[in-house]
Amino acid sequence: MQIRLENVAARHPAARRDAAAALRGLSLQVAAGEQIAVIGPSGAGKTTLLHVLACALPPSSGSLQLSGRDPWQLPRRQLQRLRGELFLAPQVPPLPPRQRVVTSVLAGRLPHIGLWQSVRSLFYPTAIAQADAALARFDLSDKLFDRVDRLSGGERQRVGLARALVADASLLLVDEPLSALDPTRGQQAVASLTEAARERGATLVCTLHHVEMALRNFPRIIGLRDGELAFDLPAADVTPERLQALYAQHLHELTGPAPSEELPAAVSPHVVMHCR
Amino acid sequence: MTRTTLALPMRPELRDPAWRGRVFWALAALLLLWPALVLTEFKPWVLLEAGTLKSTLKFLGDFVPPKLEPEFLLMVARETWRTVAIATAGMVLALLLALPLTLLSVRALSISALSGRMALMPAVLRQGVRWLLILLRSVPELIWALVFVRVVGLGPTAGVLAIGLTYGGMLGKVYGEILESGESHVTASLLRNGSGRLQAFFYGLLPQNAAELTSYSVYRWECAIRSSVVLGFVGAGGLGQQMDASMKMFNGAEVSTMLLVFMALVWLADQASAWLRKALG
Repeated sequence: MQIRLENVAARHPAARRDAAAALRGLSLQVAAGEQIAVIGPSGAGKTTLLHVLACALPPSSGSLQLSGRDPWQLPRRQLQRLRGELFLAPQVPPLPPRQRVVTSVLAGRLPHIGLWQSVRSLFYPTAIAQADAALARFDLSDKLFDRVDRLSGGERQRVGLARALVADASLLLVDEPLSALDPTRGQQAVASLTEAARERGATLVCTLHHVEMALRNFPRIIGLRDGELAFDLPAADVTPERLQALYAQHLHELTGPAPSEELPAAVSPHVVMHCR
Repeated sequence: MTRTTLALPMRPELRDPAWRGRVFWALAALLLLWPALVLTEFKPWVLLEAGTLKSTLKFLGDFVPPKLEPEFLLMVARETWRTVAIATAGMVLALLLALPLTLLSVRALSISALSGRMALMPAVLRQGVRWLLILLRSVPELIWALVFVRVVGLGPTAGVLAIGLTYGGMLGKVYGEILESGESHVTASLLRNGSGRLQAFFYGLLPQNAAELTSYSVYRWECAIRSSVVLGFVGAGGLGQQMDASMKMFNGAEVSTMLLVFMALVWLADQASAWLRKALG
């Protein structure tokens, strides 16, 4: 899927009115099938950019075009259909704790199967082989029928990525896929993602804290800083000086490990018991 | 040293500042309670007057021994079973009513609310369904039972319908609250990736809240059993109706048997529901 952003500004719906917008005047063009890594210090607007691309957040100004269409001009039903062609993998994997891994992975197919088939798949999964193949790419085949809450944080994150592979999407938007993974697993996960995107000709946009990993695996690198484009270069042209400038005042993020977001523990809130 | 300890309580800034407020509110509560006692003709000493005491003791004296004739016991067993059946059938009806209404009213399944505010029409529909649930629930099942006894006649059908309507409203409202109070990340992610609302419900919202929903339903079933006995008193069938009849005949022995059976039934339902809820953990 082809992307065209022109002078896009966006802010989170819950943000204060007087707070600076998370994205300010961003222009960007991405051809179909390209693979891009978005880097930049925390708070640079990486996640907001993914949300704008996923049609999860309407730009407050400027224009977004996906394959030549402005999604926000579409009627709601068609917009929802378009969302089915995109896949946004959030940083915290959205997995219900009591669900089985196979069901969680197959949830990626939902936009492309009917309601009847999706309900039937709850009783007996209808594409076990597909789920297994996706999990195998992340070295998780043995967890196919385990419950999600029996997995470690890193395993959960990889299950979330496996779901992206099952989704039949032409634009994959992956937010910080490595925050809970060690370097070896991380490299393997990124390689699986890029390979799978290449196989199906899908466009891949991935935010990464791990700059080295980004430079090694992605041909095109976008540097974001304070909601603005710092640079948009082939990986080979991203010099240490540019990185220093991008991460000025945040140098510890450039050298240190990626700040990992806490995975929410499976807490069951107190049940209200009242007779009336 | 001794002089200071003696002088300490005398200093006005060391008095407990909360004391006055406490005394004031205690007196105010008593003052407010008084008209309520007058209004409800609360005169407990009537219980101890000679005439009342005599008839009370006579009625209570009949309680021992409870009636234990096989024929009567068989009838009680049948009516107990009918009470459980009324409660269960009422719950099924309530579920049939509550599930679609819950799905219609849950804000977590809104697609338009994914990006900013919910659109006008869905918001109006959801609020409308919510009001319908509140309306259903705000009429006590006893009133529904009285209405239905007139419509469908004396018998368990009225009880089933009464429980179904009130509990449908109750379940719908509480289900909605449970579904909206949980973590919305999973459901929102599914909707954001293009799933339908029902798909997002089955793959996100339901697995996330299934244990709580089941646990609350089981608890409500237990409430329904207790409630269906009360409904019997207005002619909606079951153990309650028999108890009402025996009471009107001042047949203490029969009342005491049925009371004992009722207590056992409530205890059993309580145990079953506690065990189920624990198993669901």
